[in-house]
Amino acid sequence: MNFFEVVRFSLRGLSANKLRSALTMLGILIGVAAVILLVAVGNGSAKAISDRIEALGTNTITVMSTGRGGSSSTALTKKMADALIDPELAPDIKSVSPVVSASSATMTYEGSDHSVSTFVGTTPAWFAASSTPVEKGASFTEDDVNQGRRVVVIGQTVAEELFPGVDPIDKQVTVSGALFTVVGVLKEKSSTGFQDSNDTAVAPLTAVQQVLAGYGSLTSIIVEAKDPDKVDAVQSEVSTILDQQLNVSSTSSSGNSNSTPYRIQNASSLLETQTETADTFTTLLGAVAAISLLVGGIGITNIMLVTVTERTREIGIRKALGAPRRTIMTQFLIEATLLSVLGGALGVAAALIGSHFTIVGVKPVIVPSSIGLAVGVSIAIGLFFGGLPAARAARLRPIDALRYE
Amino acid sequence: MSRPVLDVQDLKKIYGTGEATVHALRGVSMTVHRGDYVAIMGSSGSGKSTLMNILGALDIPTTGSYKLDGVEVGTLSDAQLALARNRLIGFIFQAFNLIPRTSAVANVELPLAYAGVKPTERRRRALAALDIVGLADRADHEPNQLSGGQQQRVAVARALVTEPALLLADEPTGNLDSKSTDDVLKVFDDLSAAGRTIVIITHENEVGARAKRLVRLVDGAIVTDVRQSPIDLPPVGAAAAHARVQAVAAGHVAAGHAVAVRAGGTTYGSPAGSEWNGGRHSS
Repeated sequence: MNFFEVVRFSLRGLSANKLRSALTMLGILIGVAAVILLVAVGNGSAKAISDRIEALGTNTITVMSTGRGGSSSTALTKKMADALIDPELAPDIKSVSPVVSASSATMTYEGSDHSVSTFVGTTPAWFAASSTPVEKGASFTEDDVNQGRRVVVIGQTVAEELFPGVDPIDKQVTVSGALFTVVGVLKEKSSTGFQDSNDTAVAPLTAVQQVLAGYGSLTSIIVEAKDPDKVDAVQSEVSTILDQQLNVSSTSSSGNSNSTPYRIQNASSLLETQTETADTFTTLLGAVAAISLLVGGIGITNIMLVTVTERTREIGIRKALGAPRRTIMTQFLIEATLLSVLGGALGVAAALIGSHFTIVGVKPVIVPSSIGLAVGVSIAIGLFFGGLPAARAARLRPIDALRYE
Repeated sequence: MSRPVLDVQDLKKIYGTGEATVHALRGVSMTVHRGDYVAIMGSSGSGKSTLMNILGALDIPTTGSYKLDGVEVGTLSDAQLALARNRLIGFIFQAFNLIPRTSAVANVELPLAYAGVKPTERRRRALAALDIVGLADRADHEPNQLSGGQQQRVAVARALVTEPALLLADEPTGNLDSKSTDDVLKVFDDLSAAGRTIVIITHENEVGARAKRLVRLVDGAIVTDVRQSPIDLPPVGAAAAHARVQAVAAGHVAAGHAVAVRAGGTTYGSPAGSEWNGGRHSS
């Protein structure tokens, strides 16, 4: 009896009980798909986090005031920002963008109004430093800032809200009673957390100070390094200059960072921390996946044991008719292989289809090794627990197999 | 007479140990020659099923020798045993034991498949065997679409399709009504008339009465062994059943003739049958 014939026997064995075969495959499918998808969701959320941080720009640092209540001694001023532009003391700084931001400024255009969640006043260098390029139109110029011209670059969300189906360029909008001319639209940005980062508007620093924020302190200063590797150098240069400006003694600033009136946020160190967090997250999901693999494996074990045990009598009949042990073994192993491989393949297909959908707010990203792991483990379990009872039954004396209940 | 098909000497089978020991067989010796039709009778617990399972190489005796067609079964390896079950023995079970959800013809093909016969040849021989038991028109039915008697006739076809030296039937009519019993027994009569060697287990007297030789088993030992009709003549039961047809030709026994006609046009013709015919003519 050749191998091809045994394969035909196996196929007939599987098709003789379609429901049982289908359920076995379903069990394997769910086990495989669950593992792949869970890991993909973990990987996807880790990737989303690092993408967002990278979007902030890895070669920038953000200086923020720690002073509360806006006391003048600790506030960041335009003067400090200007002082940072110093080729001698700070040779690694590429650009400095002072930022004032006003929250919830209402923008009106032809009767429709929209509350912009962050209204940023800054200099043209900000667009490059914060990785928010202008998609349509142009950004404002240094001259606009100096003259305090009322021009504005709006985010995608604002453009959609105020100008549905209309080109917003050169349209006049009203912000707190002042007219601004829209000169550009920002490129769409991936949203960070709950806040819509496209719900924004950017105008020259002076104009925003005039209209919304007043001539008080800056919200933050974004400093761009010439090179991502120079970020640490820039950070120390910035603190040296700011310590001078704010008359902070160098001992206290280096000894205890809490005592400085400002705080420096470094995007690359943030990224490192977040990557570590994401790794922990992936490990956690891996553990969940391992448990689901175990549970799925037990399911496969169960149905394989039941399937073969149920057919012990059939094995007895086949032996009584003169089937050699090896032929029986081969038949059952092929059946188990077909079920495991088909179920595994369908599971991978289900996982690949499932990964196209956003699951609990996360776009899953498939980890190729998880496919190998899930399929490998499932097939191994299927073969082992399909093959083992078949081998046991094939070793039985025919009469014992026939009497098996 | 030539080498016996079946030769058992002092066969013992003991189940369990200690106080729970059961002596199912207490030294059974018997010899069955080619062409014989032996019925083994006994009440339940007499050890007849145990004997049958050992004769069918499905079980092994505790002690004793069992020669099947001259081969000592006890010394065979697992693979050789499989071969012996496939080529030398056709086993018919009380519970039919057809493979469920598999057509009658596929069931009959099964032993041939294990014997390595090519699919087309297999199909032809399986259909021929089904024809002999009168079920050629039910070839594509699955076991659950057949009556008990029909299922048992499929099982008989499956047992004889490899042309085994020995047909063993373990209470083949135990689960059947009288009409089906008659159908199945007629098949056995025909096969015996065609020269097949048959050993059948039963507790029904009318089944035993049709055999050429009747062995009674009590408590694991043979108590009587009676020859009811000559080994080289058709069984008396068959002769009686076919009395009307028997008169047709002097040179041909009715039942044997019927088999020859049914199997006509195929190569299924039984070699044992022709040997038996030859033997009969010479005697």
